[in-house]
Amino acid sequence: MTADNRQVGQSASLWGQLRAMAGRGPAPYVLTLAYAAIVSALLLLNPTTGLGTDMVVVLFLLLMFVIYRAPTMLAFKLTLGTILLAVVMPVFGVLNPFYIDVVTKAGMFAALALGLNVVVGFAGLLDLGYVAFFAVGAYLWGIFSTPQISNIVPGMEPLHGSWFWLFLAIGLAVGAFFGVLLGLPVLRLRGDYLAIVTLGLGEVIRVLATNLDRPINITNGAQGIKDVGRPPLFIEPLFQSLGITISRLQEYQLYFYFLVLLVLALTVFVVHRLNDSRIGRAWTAIREDETAAIAMGIPLVRMKLLAFAVGASFAGTMGVIFSALQTFINPPTFDLLRSIGILSMVILGGMGSIPGTMLGAVIVTLLDLQLLPRIANELAALQRRGVPIPSWFDPAQYQRLLFGLLLVIMMIFRPEGLLPEDRRRQELHHDEPEPAPEAKTSPAVPESAQSVEG
Amino acid sequence: MALLEAKHVTKQFGGLTAVNDVSLTIEAGSIVSVIGPNGAGKTTFFNVLTGIYKPTSGAIVFDGKDITGLRPDQITALGICRTFQNIRLFNAMTVLENVLVGMHTRLNAGLWQILFGTPAVRAEERASLNRARELLKFVNLDHQRNQLARNLPYGDQRRLEIARALAASPKLILLDEPTAGMNPQETAEATELIRRLRDELGITVVLIEHDMRVVMTISERITVLDYGTKIAEGLPDEIRSNPRVIEAYLGKGAAAHGVEQVGG
Ligand SMILES: Nc1ncnc2c1ncn2[C@@H]1O[C@H](COP(=O)(O)OP(=O)(O)O)[C@@H](O)[C@H]1O
Ligand SMILES: [Mg+2]
Repeated sequence: MTADNRQVGQSASLWGQLRAMAGRGPAPYVLTLAYAAIVSALLLLNPTTGLGTDMVVVLFLLLMFVIYRAPTMLAFKLTLGTILLAVVMPVFGVLNPFYIDVVTKAGMFAALALGLNVVVGFAGLLDLGYVAFFAVGAYLWGIFSTPQISNIVPGMEPLHGSWFWLFLAIGLAVGAFFGVLLGLPVLRLRGDYLAIVTLGLGEVIRVLATNLDRPINITNGAQGIKDVGRPPLFIEPLFQSLGITISRLQEYQLYFYFLVLLVLALTVFVVHRLNDSRIGRAWTAIREDETAAIAMGIPLVRMKLLAFAVGASFAGTMGVIFSALQTFINPPTFDLLRSIGILSMVILGGMGSIPGTMLGAVIVTLLDLQLLPRIANELAALQRRGVPIPSWFDPAQYQRLLFGLLLVIMMIFRPEGLLPEDRRRQELHHDEPEPAPEAKTSPAVPESAQSVEG
Repeated sequence: MALLEAKHVTKQFGGLTAVNDVSLTIEAGSIVSVIGPNGAGKTTFFNVLTGIYKPTSGAIVFDGKDITGLRPDQITALGICRTFQNIRLFNAMTVLENVLVGMHTRLNAGLWQILFGTPAVRAEERASLNRARELLKFVNLDHQRNQLARNLPYGDQRRLEIARALAASPKLILLDEPTAGMNPQETAEATELIRRLRDELGITVVLIEHDMRVVMTISERITVLDYGTKIAEGLPDEIRSNPRVIEAYLGKGAAAHGVEQVGG
């Protein structure tokens, strides 16, 4: 025990020295630039799809967090980040369309996870039905931009793609509305009860999507909605004037990539502003001790509903984008597993932490869409080549197991997440908790403020 | 002038009457103690005053306004704030943030103002930071402001609870056993602090207290509850020698033997 401690202490000081060295003077600038240059070169010179490129993409996305953390000037961070995200990634994406799709999805889930983080991480309201709001946004645009709408409003034509922009805002409002609607019944619930009821409400939305093809065909039931409208490509003339000729498919990929990036940036901005205000403090207070929070004058109902509304509004907007990106939506996309997936991003990255949540989203999305299937493929290839992996072991079937194991290991060794909120890190790693001495006059009956009535 | 008036307040939990027809008038600028054996209903009475529980019957008038049945946040906004018997800080927030939360009802920034980061919001945040630091200095905790609340020593946590309550700029502060669990040195400091709340900030203080030395030194009036009922009210000297009070604390025999002092 003591030997362990000493070792930890030593390596920490060595690590500390290294960090101090890397953080002084021009060193962080040089190091960050070098990292950025190497990764960019590797990306741009290696447009193949394979495990190697996967790794480089991971390194590229990690680079974003390095830039965020590096002790450099804000202007430097912004410039470098913008160049990488607005130039390097799109060029790479044109060379290698597979990846830009993955990165777009990662951005989309990062925004969703940030929204859920407001509810779960900031306000401490465990919501297992979050994907419902994503579904609401997706179906909103899905219905209005396809002939589905004429089933509801007879004679109405599907909306033209240029309405898409307005629907981003409508999705936001409708998401917020549903957030409040589903928040109302759970206002008095805490912890486990809240989780179960939100889970149920989330499923209700999915079941409605599956069954609202009768008596009026609103959602087209289990078949889902296809040919969802896409916004007109206003960047096409721009590309032509620049002499860039890429396929329409690729143009849309870039279009959605930039759109998601923009919405994500807005989300980060909003969440950050809120967290840093009296509203954010009120949420944290509610998370920490609801009774004390009300006694300090925090309007519980209003603050909880606001958390639900803010979280749901991002999901609504992202749902609109998602349906236009996929052009096809159906109920299974919005099942419980999706809610849990988004929750795992928040927890893995660090509840309550904005960069942590985004990192969690990026990692889980990459694992899901790219790394785990790839690892499974490679294992299968080895199997075929005669490496002694038993034949009953189908790697593709076991990739979720690997994901589960990763989560378990994380929760054992780093329960506060990868990039925890600063205060939570302190909370889980302070060495000696100060035991509050027993009150001299310990009451015969505990103050039962837990069961606040009224 | 009466700052707070409780009129025939009763609070029942199912069959149990925790507070039974208690009437109490608290003069502005006074320090008043509520004492009584464990389970007498003192904390419940505080919970009723602050709106955490609605009284089963009776009325509460604060500062000339009927506040019966208002929500806790509305009551806080009107100027009543409190501390808890079992410390209830926001443990994972820093000392400074705890005080800032207490200021919630005094800040006006709305959602859109916050999102746009208007100058008004920024000025308000700056002002509230300054005020929070002042309050922390007042309770002598400013040097600990970036600590997590849970890492504070016990006595500091009690003082932080007071600072957080002060942040709401109350006219009336309710302290639930503020010296519980403290050693004599800390108790003396806490007593001094309570006195300063009134003398320097002009806040009316009501405290629930078990330490009779504290009660007798700082209270101007004392109210005694037993089994939810008010059994005595008066000046410290009157309470000290009141046979019903002695009986409630020490049992019938003690009263018969003429024990002079309540508690130690
Ligand atoms: N929420 C509640 N539900 C049921 N009984 C309660 C509740 N709160 C307090 N009581 C009961 O009310 C009585 C008074 O409790 P309390 O006000 O905490 O006493 P004190 O603070 O004087 O020690 C006790 O018998 C207690 O069990
Ligand atoms: Mg009590």
